[in-house]
Amino acid sequence: MTSGTPLSRTDAPGAQAGEGSGPDITTYRLENGLEIVVIPDRRVPVVTHMVWYRNGSADDPLGRSGIAHFLEHLMFKGTERHPAGEFSKVVSALGGQENAFTSYDYTAYFQRVAPEHLGRMMEFEADRMAGLSFDEEVVAPERDVVLEERRMRVETDPSAQLGEAMAASLFVHHPYGIPIIGWMHEIEGLRRADALDYYRRFYAPDNAILVVSGDVEPEGVRRLAEETYGRHAPHAAAGARLRPREPEPRAARHVRVADPKVEQAVLQRLYLVPSSRTAAGRDSYALEVLGEALGGGPTSLLYRNLVLDSRRAVNAGGWYMGSAIDDTRFGIYAVPAEEIALDALEDDLDRALARVPDELTEDALERAKTRLIAETVYSCDSQSSLARVYGSARAIGESLEDVRRWPSDIRAVTKDEVVAALGQWLQPRRSVTGHLVKGA
Amino acid sequence: MTAALTTGTSPAEVRPLATASGLEVWHVASDFVPLVAIAFNMEGGAAQDPPGKAGAAQMLARLLDEGAGPYDSDAFQQRLAARAIELGFNAGPDAIGGSLKTLVEHADEAFDLLRLALAEPRFDEDAVERVRAQTIASLRYQANDPGAVATKRFFREAFPGHPYGSPVSGTEETVAAVTREDLVALHRRLVARGRLNVTAVGALPAERLLAGIDAAFGSLPGEAELEPVRDMPLAGLGTRRIVDLDVPQSVIRFGVAGLRWRDPDFIPAYVLNHILGGGAFTSRLFQEVRERRGLAYSVGTSLASYRHAAMCWGYTATKNERVAECLDVITSEMARLSHEGPTEDELAKAKDYLVGSYALAFDSSTKIAHQLAQIAFEKLGIDHIRRRNALVAAVTPEDVRRAASRTLADARMLVVIAGRPVGVAEA
Repeated sequence: MTSGTPLSRTDAPGAQAGEGSGPDITTYRLENGLEIVVIPDRRVPVVTHMVWYRNGSADDPLGRSGIAHFLEHLMFKGTERHPAGEFSKVVSALGGQENAFTSYDYTAYFQRVAPEHLGRMMEFEADRMAGLSFDEEVVAPERDVVLEERRMRVETDPSAQLGEAMAASLFVHHPYGIPIIGWMHEIEGLRRADALDYYRRFYAPDNAILVVSGDVEPEGVRRLAEETYGRHAPHAAAGARLRPREPEPRAARHVRVADPKVEQAVLQRLYLVPSSRTAAGRDSYALEVLGEALGGGPTSLLYRNLVLDSRRAVNAGGWYMGSAIDDTRFGIYAVPAEEIALDALEDDLDRALARVPDELTEDALERAKTRLIAETVYSCDSQSSLARVYGSARAIGESLEDVRRWPSDIRAVTKDEVVAALGQWLQPRRSVTGHLVKGA
Repeated sequence: MTAALTTGTSPAEVRPLATASGLEVWHVASDFVPLVAIAFNMEGGAAQDPPGKAGAAQMLARLLDEGAGPYDSDAFQQRLAARAIELGFNAGPDAIGGSLKTLVEHADEAFDLLRLALAEPRFDEDAVERVRAQTIASLRYQANDPGAVATKRFFREAFPGHPYGSPVSGTEETVAAVTREDLVALHRRLVARGRLNVTAVGALPAERLLAGIDAAFGSLPGEAELEPVRDMPLAGLGTRRIVDLDVPQSVIRFGVAGLRWRDPDFIPAYVLNHILGGGAFTSRLFQEVRERRGLAYSVGTSLASYRHAAMCWGYTATKNERVAECLDVITSEMARLSHEGPTEDELAKAKDYLVGSYALAFDSSTKIAHQLAQIAFEKLGIDHIRRRNALVAAVTPEDVRRAASRTLADARMLVVIAGRPVGVAEA
């Protein structure tokens, strides 16, 4: 048994809805290093129980792409104490739902159950944190499942193939260029030992974050966590992430996927930009606002320029993936109107980007900020969304204070900051442009 | 297990309210977050598309927020965006529906924009052409997507000569044929308050809510003018169709007869479906197709209930070399379940799951509003969410066997495969 010591406590009914307010969150850390975040929402008798590990596909060993994701699948294959499928059967018989997901920077497991079953979920989840055990015979069929997953998502979809090629080209050195699911030929070679080696390296209480949202009391969660996760010894070496940094990019790159199945051409572009973790100063907030103003929906500058005004495209937009440990991507897409070639549309796109400093009015800026901030209020309506917001933030090393302050940080972004971010980061040499076209 | 604890409770407290003009609103008060979520639907969706103009109802739905009253599309969208009001419309086979989400402080503006969108859409020429071009682009984008191709073909085979056989989004040809006059006429026919269902969840006081609902819907015409649609059983049982696509993995859609929501055997069929291929890791198909054999990443079945048809249909995708094996497993599991019925333990666990998990569908305002709108549309009554768990808990083995004989029967399916399956021919 270990006793916990509170990390911090954030009571935060802010002055104004959506401006620095948020749920009443409690956090603490067990002696073995497990971090705990509790987010109360007592509207319905439901609780979301999530465990996040601070490792994702970007931590896959060289030549073993896909191992983080494959292990996520194998985590359902039983432990020394519980045979394969038992956990799932219990979840289901209790009327619960469960799943797991792997991202570049983290892997997470969750169940949603009635609050009285939280303790059982913790017993099972804590059990597989340290006691994973499965036979060789379950490995091959599960690898086939992952291969089918890859066929479904990528091998049958030229657009997904372009996406992979663009990421691989954008990140010339960093593992964000490798697909989360892994490359086909490397998945085929993944073995039981690879999965267990990876498991022993990363799965430990001091590399995990427990997030519980819903109809719970923080003290009750802490007690249950101590009785379950608290039993595990910390794993001093866990969580070291040794990732190469991207070199300064020099070359504007173009990639193209031509496939006979393509009936609708698409233009895509990625830029290498700082993330919320790597940005100096306020660049990450400026990029958030830029992404929304430039590409968020039918009032965005790109939609207005390319779809409403020039009618060179039937759709256009953009986004910024700010939540990442290392330098990340800013994306833009446009779907050409009939008879418009992608090369010509690309010129239009570059001209539209060049006009942003003139066209970004105060109204457009305010609209973008209002939408981004409202999204954080809307996300408070769902305990699953809240659990994901806080879990992912902690998994990439943001503080809860960062999350709480995010709306006011966004509110403070100025036009000058947005224009400066555009000039500094959306440069051709930082970009990969992708063409999806019909081919022979 | 949990059944005894939760069969009598309701996942949300729903009250029926009436507006001054006589509209009924199902309301759940919740002040946890300063927002209000509205969901609504009105009878008459894509099944009302004029002949040769499949996709018209969906174009209509997409055009409602593309300019209304004094605002052109851009001005309308700017008004929404400036207050982060989320408004959207969609068309299904039997209904046009929509949803509105707004911060409480902007609720009056939100209701006013909703009113304009429903009552005074402009159908400006440039907006019509833009939505047409977007629809055609998305049809082309999916033209050779194995999942989209298989689904489209499945509906064509399942409901030949019936509106349900045509895709809700139409085809390139039919979307090209829709005129502005068609859209204006369809709007006049379909957007009415006569068979409207509205639900509201959130932190808006009832008085303001009702005034807003009346403002938004109160002035709509009384009754929709609906063309009769005939009932149709699922066609093509026992046939297998292949759409050739040069891809390494085949997508498979398969279906048998289903039961409609209001059928007395619907709940037993729902329990049966959960055991066969419902959305948990425990279903027979998940266990046999995925866990034991690694044949597919995703496999499952669901009940589709329309106004004039119903089916139990399923999906999976496996590499071309294993399609035959995969179909064998699915067919034999379906036949075995139909002939032998579920085990006692299986039935008990399925009911426990369905009873216990019902509350999970009610944990956000948006989800509650949509669940209630669906229940209202199916005319199941405002007390359905209170009664539903007891109905599930009461299902007997005999009920499930009866539902199985009416749906799975002898496991003769309509099967559509998109890909290049090895050793599998049409039949």
